[in-house]
Amino acid sequence: MKRHNLLDILFRNVTRLSAFIVLMLLLAILISLVIGSMPSIKTFGLKFLASPNWDPVSGDFGALVPVIGTLATSAIALLIAIPVSFGIALFLTEMSPPWLRRPLGVAIELLAGIPSIIYGMWGLFVFAPFFADHIQPWLIQKLGPLPIFGPLFQGIPMGIGMLTAGIILAIMVIPFIASVMRDVFEVVPTLLKESAYGLGSTTWEVVWHVVLPYTKIGVAGGIMLGLGRALGETMAVTFVIGNAHQLSTSLLMPGNSISSALANEFNEAVGELYTSALVELGLILFLITFIILSLARYMLHVLTKREGVVA
Amino acid sequence: MSTDKIITPKLIVRDLNFYYGTERALKDISFTIPEKMVTAFIGPSGCGKSTMLRTFNRMYELYPKQKATGEIFLDGENILDKKQDLNTLRAKIGMVFQKPTPFPMSIYENIAFGAKLYENLSRHDMDERVEWALRKAALWTEVKDKLKQSGTSLSGGQQQRLCIARAIAVKPKILLLDEPTSALDPISTAHIEKLIDELKAEFTIVIVTHNMQQAARVSDCTAYIYMGELIEFGETRTIFTNPKRKATEDYITGRFG
Repeated sequence: MKRHNLLDILFRNVTRLSAFIVLMLLLAILISLVIGSMPSIKTFGLKFLASPNWDPVSGDFGALVPVIGTLATSAIALLIAIPVSFGIALFLTEMSPPWLRRPLGVAIELLAGIPSIIYGMWGLFVFAPFFADHIQPWLIQKLGPLPIFGPLFQGIPMGIGMLTAGIILAIMVIPFIASVMRDVFEVVPTLLKESAYGLGSTTWEVVWHVVLPYTKIGVAGGIMLGLGRALGETMAVTFVIGNAHQLSTSLLMPGNSISSALANEFNEAVGELYTSALVELGLILFLITFIILSLARYMLHVLTKREGVVA
Repeated sequence: MSTDKIITPKLIVRDLNFYYGTERALKDISFTIPEKMVTAFIGPSGCGKSTMLRTFNRMYELYPKQKATGEIFLDGENILDKKQDLNTLRAKIGMVFQKPTPFPMSIYENIAFGAKLYENLSRHDMDERVEWALRKAALWTEVKDKLKQSGTSLSGGQQQRLCIARAIAVKPKILLLDEPTSALDPISTAHIEKLIDELKAEFTIVIVTHNMQQAARVSDCTAYIYMGELIEFGETRTIFTNPKRKATEDYITGRFG
């Protein structure tokens, strides 16, 4: 009896320790990032966030270009990946003939298993040239002259650039979002769907008004998983984004993202300030991810409240 | 069945056969469901009573390899006809299931859901429709102050009445109830049974139940189904007191099933 109690106490403490180790690691990483970026924070202050300069020679650094690059490429990725994943999940759960479900589902999971460097190589050697030859000229010609959106699609067709990076990212996150969406769509009770069909709804109406609201937390979770991956993805983006520290309104021009700037420049960074500026970029990426995920949680909370669960 | 009521046929079933793949689940079934009365399907589990209900709104079409042959006439129109539009058919035939299935939206939205699909009602008319349906389902006094709350916040019995309200809000010609009280406690069950009795003044109701007492309490006509065959169909009173066939009597008296 006593031995059991002892084991139980031991077990409880081991699990508690494991949980706390995670928290401590998180804190330790945050602290070391802050310490590492101190020289840069002291030199540039808040201006670091607003400055587009990145000049290792004169020691003038700013985070604006990579921050915009990270946010823009991730936004493009989600803009493409969410509807496509939704379509995939919908087809797999509601419309596909049963014999096609498994092979398609496995194919999507395999897509998630491809190492990112392969996406990068494929993007650079196959997709970018094709994009430059066939799609970018059309974008520049048709969308370039438009008001408001036009400036996003001006320039020369180079293949690489922010839009290309965003599209490659979209391809990379689709399997994640699609498989989460498929899994949550699958657990919607059959009777709930039949109730909606029983009122005369079309498949689209059932999915849009019943399945999606029922699964919204899972769907948002899948999107966040994809977004998390897109924000931090390094290798594939480094290959196709162009790695140029220049600010441009056009998505067709080369840019830079936080993670690819880090990957490219860390081993050639000389001097305390240069290194410190890079560490601060890392800290910013950490904060961006944290803020976006918190916002998403808050949004979900508001949505749930509006639906009326909490009266 | 009260004798002063004029019996009009509402749903005529003729030579109905149903297949799950190659398995024949319903065998040459023919009978007539009268208008504005309650018809109960009884029989042991797996006998085909729910399957039969699901042919009336062709719910089985959602699944591959299920098919029905024969004819089912609703107001003279064959609903098994290939040309029959499924969505319009289902809008005419309301269905309530074994478990309450409130949609993940407010009580008001739950009721308005079906009506919105096929009718273009003004805000005011929709409010009236929602109130009408909730009153018919004997739920109005309980929820009138919390229409904005989620349908899932109600108790099980209330949720089931919400589902009934949702089904009648589209003013269906027939209301199909598939073991509507199997997940409910006795008090909620009594509520629903009382409701069925009130609703038959306006709707033709078909109820599947595994509870014979329930069939005896709420229905005017009863169909006893066994192994996919319609063993006996007639007035509930006759079926329960003086069944024509031995098999029916065995089941009713509990000697089997």
